[in-house]
Amino acid sequence: MLKKHKPKLAVWKFASCDGCQLSLLDCEDELLAVAGAVEIAYFPEASRATMRPPYDLSLVEGSITTAHDAERIQDIRRVSKSLITIGACATAGGIQSLRNFADVQDFINIVYASPEYINTLATSTPIATHVFVDYQLRGCPINKMQLVEVINAYLNGRKPNIASHSVCIECKRRGTTCVMVAHGTPCLGPVTHAGCGAICPAYNRGCYGCFGPMETPNTSALSTQWHETLGVDKDDIIRVFRGFNAFAEEFRKESDYYESAK
Amino acid sequence: MNPQSRTLKVDYLARVEGEGAMHLKIHNGQVDEVRLEIFEPPRFFEAFLQGRKYGEAPDITARICGICPIAYQMSAVHAMERAFGITVNGPLRELRRLIYCGEWIESHVLHVSMLHAPDFLGYPDVIQMSQDHPEIVQKALKLKKTGNDIVNLLGGREIHPINVRVGGFYRIPTKKEFAPLIERLKWARETALEMVRWTSTLPQHEFEQDYEFVALRHPDEYPFNEGRLVSNKGLDIEIGEYEQHFTELHLPHSTALHSVIDGARTYFTGPLARYSLNFDKLSPLAQDAAKEAGLGSACNNPFQSIIVRSVETLYACDEALRILEQFVMPDQPAVEIEPQAGTGYSCTEAPRGILYHRYQLDDNGLIMNAKIVPPTSQNQRSIENDLRQFALPRLDLSDDDLTWQCEQAIRNYDPCISCSTHFLKLHIERT
Repeated sequence: MLKKHKPKLAVWKFASCDGCQLSLLDCEDELLAVAGAVEIAYFPEASRATMRPPYDLSLVEGSITTAHDAERIQDIRRVSKSLITIGACATAGGIQSLRNFADVQDFINIVYASPEYINTLATSTPIATHVFVDYQLRGCPINKMQLVEVINAYLNGRKPNIASHSVCIECKRRGTTCVMVAHGTPCLGPVTHAGCGAICPAYNRGCYGCFGPMETPNTSALSTQWHETLGVDKDDIIRVFRGFNAFAEEFRKESDYYESAK
Repeated sequence: MNPQSRTLKVDYLARVEGEGAMHLKIHNGQVDEVRLEIFEPPRFFEAFLQGRKYGEAPDITARICGICPIAYQMSAVHAMERAFGITVNGPLRELRRLIYCGEWIESHVLHVSMLHAPDFLGYPDVIQMSQDHPEIVQKALKLKKTGNDIVNLLGGREIHPINVRVGGFYRIPTKKEFAPLIERLKWARETALEMVRWTSTLPQHEFEQDYEFVALRHPDEYPFNEGRLVSNKGLDIEIGEYEQHFTELHLPHSTALHSVIDGARTYFTGPLARYSLNFDKLSPLAQDAAKEAGLGSACNNPFQSIIVRSVETLYACDEALRILEQFVMPDQPAVEIEPQAGTGYSCTEAPRGILYHRYQLDDNGLIMNAKIVPPTSQNQRSIENDLRQFALPRLDLSDDDLTWQCEQAIRNYDPCISCSTHFLKLHIERT
């Protein structure tokens, strides 16, 4: 009989806030069960013990913003059987991808007194720009139950059961009255990927797109509605698409369209 | 190997939030060089905040740190309100304290039980610790969850909550929604008390230092969002004077910004500082628990921060219960905002210490410039001083033991390196 070994899990960090990997530690009810099912082989935020590569499953948080990190992700891919990106930074470049719409040198000069010490790339890019990614989990931050589902799926060799519809569907399922129809509150729900559980409309505010674009979103129809019916300023439309998923293609195109029309 | 001359290096510090490294150079029985290296890549928040609307600041700055997003949201909203000349009082003010209680509980218990306690007991992580101490770990997880439950309900979710806005909240949960929290918090308060007792039994290092502690101080309460900035060495200022007294130095042998008071003085912010400057404002329950745990009204041993964090957790449970039991539904979820040109600043007590925000706004409420000083950059110099003092009498230890104990000394500060707004990549210089 083959000797069974526990799959080795590694958690990697690039430019990010740590919130997505914290989601794993925030699984207060599931953490010990997850830890029982896998060998936590590399997870510096949680442990000073590390195991040598290769790893069965690598979770990658954060975006690529330095030359060193661009090399590091290649090494990680090489030693990982499956590689899953977790969160908006890793899947879309994150809020720090706002540098992609500006001159990074200006950014450096604004923040740092001695710009010569800063060693950074001109862009913040998602992991999939650099290496093959097996699965991308969305969200700023990710939904921790989806994280548990993805880990579970990969450990059992099946596809993760993660819905790809819009936030609107989640609102309907939750029974939340549409904030845009009923209150005229601008909401990105119709073009935003589900996953959060439609929290914002349940708290009387419009969705602001933490989970990035859904599959084939009709962003121009939505922004036209925002502008013409709800009276949203064009600069505000640019700002809302340039949020935590600013560099995701569909959101980027929409903000670029309004900027070029200025 | 000559133990009197060696270099200790930890390339990737574990159990801290973010990416950092430690470098310690020992030569002829002296600590030659100590460096806490930060290689968290810069993310340029202060740059891309320019041109954003005032109302976006709490959502955007929360993303600086996934561990303490409430701290960023609280500093941001108070700074904006100051710029617009608005004060948020009554039940809304109480609810802001409540959500901060939630974050302190969640963040402190994470650090005490999952990141710091394993050092005291000789485990590499909490998972291994849980095999020998399952009950302690399970209780800690449930206690942590109670903190997250508060943030989850009032904030909408634990990480990067969505319900905080300039002026108040988007929606106030109903009394019925809050009700289950009260029972959970009663359990949490008991458990936090047990945590204080348990942490006081952990083996301690004798290591007292003469620190300058800096924290908020408020006439009536243990500080979260308001107060003057004071120290035990004579500092006593309004938040608006922050930048006249606190500067970030660029030292010739380090590229990390080190924050100092009045051009020279190293200081210490965080639970130890808050506790030592505000012991009299803790609830009677928290004060008694601290005394029972052997703490005085001030604490100068950073290794005992694990006890102080537990005392603050107990206080946060106690305070959250007080707020919930006296809860009155506010008339409106938020105060009306009328943007106007001006400058606003605020300093609040993040779990790890003071977090300063300053924004300059134009007539439309667009941010013209922003300054954010997170707690860990302020503690960096103090961490390095501690390492130097701590390592010197322990040079006889093996590399492995000395390295681990130095890591523990760094973790005393619960450093949160993701708060990278003011960290620079470090270039190594050797002499």
